[in-house]
Amino acid sequence: MVESGGDYPRSLIEPGAETALQRATKDMKRFAGWIMASPATLALVIFLILPVAATIGYTFTDPDGLIAPYIWYFESAFRRTVLWRTFEIAAITTIISLAVGVVTAYVVSKSPPWVKSILIVLAVFPLLTGVVVRSFAWMIILGRNGILNNFLQWIGITDAPIGMLYTQGAVIVAMVYLFVPLMILVLIGVLENIPDDVVQAASSLGANPTSTFMQVILPLATPGLIVGAVLVFTASFTSYATPHLLGGGQQMVMGTFLHQRAMVAFDWVGASTIAAIMVVITIATVLVMTRIARKLNPMAV
Amino acid sequence: MTTRINPALIGFTALVYVFLIGPLVIIFGAAISDTSYLTFPPQGLTLHWFENIWAISAFRRTIITSLQIAFLATTIALIIGIPAAYALNRYRVQLPGWLSTLFVLPILVPEIVMGFSLLRSVNVDSGVPIFFTLLIGHTLLVLPYVIRVISAALSSFDFSIEEAAISLGSRPAKTFFTIVLPNVRSGVIAAFILAFITSINDVSVSLFLTGPGISTLPIQILAHVEQFFDPTIASVSVLLMVLTVIVMIIVERTLGLTAVANTK
Repeated sequence: MVESGGDYPRSLIEPGAETALQRATKDMKRFAGWIMASPATLALVIFLILPVAATIGYTFTDPDGLIAPYIWYFESAFRRTVLWRTFEIAAITTIISLAVGVVTAYVVSKSPPWVKSILIVLAVFPLLTGVVVRSFAWMIILGRNGILNNFLQWIGITDAPIGMLYTQGAVIVAMVYLFVPLMILVLIGVLENIPDDVVQAASSLGANPTSTFMQVILPLATPGLIVGAVLVFTASFTSYATPHLLGGGQQMVMGTFLHQRAMVAFDWVGASTIAAIMVVITIATVLVMTRIARKLNPMAV
Repeated sequence: MTTRINPALIGFTALVYVFLIGPLVIIFGAAISDTSYLTFPPQGLTLHWFENIWAISAFRRTIITSLQIAFLATTIALIIGIPAAYALNRYRVQLPGWLSTLFVLPILVPEIVMGFSLLRSVNVDSGVPIFFTLLIGHTLLVLPYVIRVISAALSSFDFSIEEAAISLGSRPAKTFFTIVLPNVRSGVIAAFILAFITSINDVSVSLFLTGPGISTLPIQILAHVEQFFDPTIASVSVLLMVLTVIVMIIVERTLGLTAVANTK
């Protein structure tokens, strides 16, 4: 530190005066920032946080007891099955999408540039097509007079059409179809972020492509894989259109169950309880998994 | 460095792409089939099912509602989202950290719960008409995409250009519109396209926010499938895909090409 000289104005030298000036500009900036951010902030507080909080709060106002709606939910085997089925469908969809996504993204990221850009566009296009349209396509394929049944009868595997629609398998196939493009695009980004010299070092030290992939690329990609898995899991867990079209009433999941309680049975307490369970599971999954992803990142050591 | 890829992996990837594109081809085929039921490959070619869309008044109405909602929601989200994204980038140090978390909240909260909660609180309890509740729902739905895309565009923007303009006497508001906004134009275009497509395809938020005379196209498709399983649905699906592509082209032409021309 240099001793303050006599010729300079005090305000420029003394730390206290400086902070006062800084504080004034800082306050002004904070004020400007808040003014610009406030319309979006207010919209989210008024139309998202308050209504969702009201829905969750509503489940704790039952005259039969504070957690009566939750006891109601979990005492029925049918309702427990709905929750379990939703979980199972989301988990299987996530695992299959992850496996298919990793291999495809690996091949795409290793392709020559022009092939790569075509493959990326081909993965983006299904994403731009709506959920209803893409689920509907699987109704044409899996229906009783659908393409797959016609084909199976034509090659003589079966005489009568097989009931494939309205099964858990149908829901999972369509969900995998929905989320594989998303997974491919997320994982291409993840794989391209892995430094090339690390991979080169592995192969120049004698690792073959398989062991380079298993021992170098995969561990480095794990945090990204978790992010992709969380995206797919939460989206499948809360989906409505696909289980509605391909699972129907037989394969009720949380989304379709919420709609049925609210709009068919007019049971708003029940619907709010289902909504609250969905919110808690979704947010808990995101928080826990992003924390794990951060811890598993070998580059962050 | 070029890595030799195992041919088996290439074969697998080819199958994945057949799986991805096949169903979309099937919808196109089913839409032009001259049969009263859905089938593929098409038997005889007809555009009758496309005429049928316009003949069914429910489809006509919901296409218009969907376009209105998508356009309005995207515009409102841009109007409130651009300043928010600007504030998050320009005043990052001055604003609390939870603010950026707040802006991704609509992605964290299940869409179907959002729709149900808006129906309960905003429509039923507060008496806001269903059209406006639907509009609010869609605006919130697309807001995080708008903020994220514009933020990404702003993160590479050099704010010293803006400071230079202000120190040379330009008013802050004018500086924003003449200096900042033109520099993130490609981000605005991308945000518009992404938001519009998200809104027009949405099911989960709209599901609860439909009432007498007001419904969106995807919800109408769901209702139609339950009663009829005819090629009209396939042709509406094709229409929805074509609509998506047209919006992308229009936005790209009106905003995109001029942006490219200006940078040259």
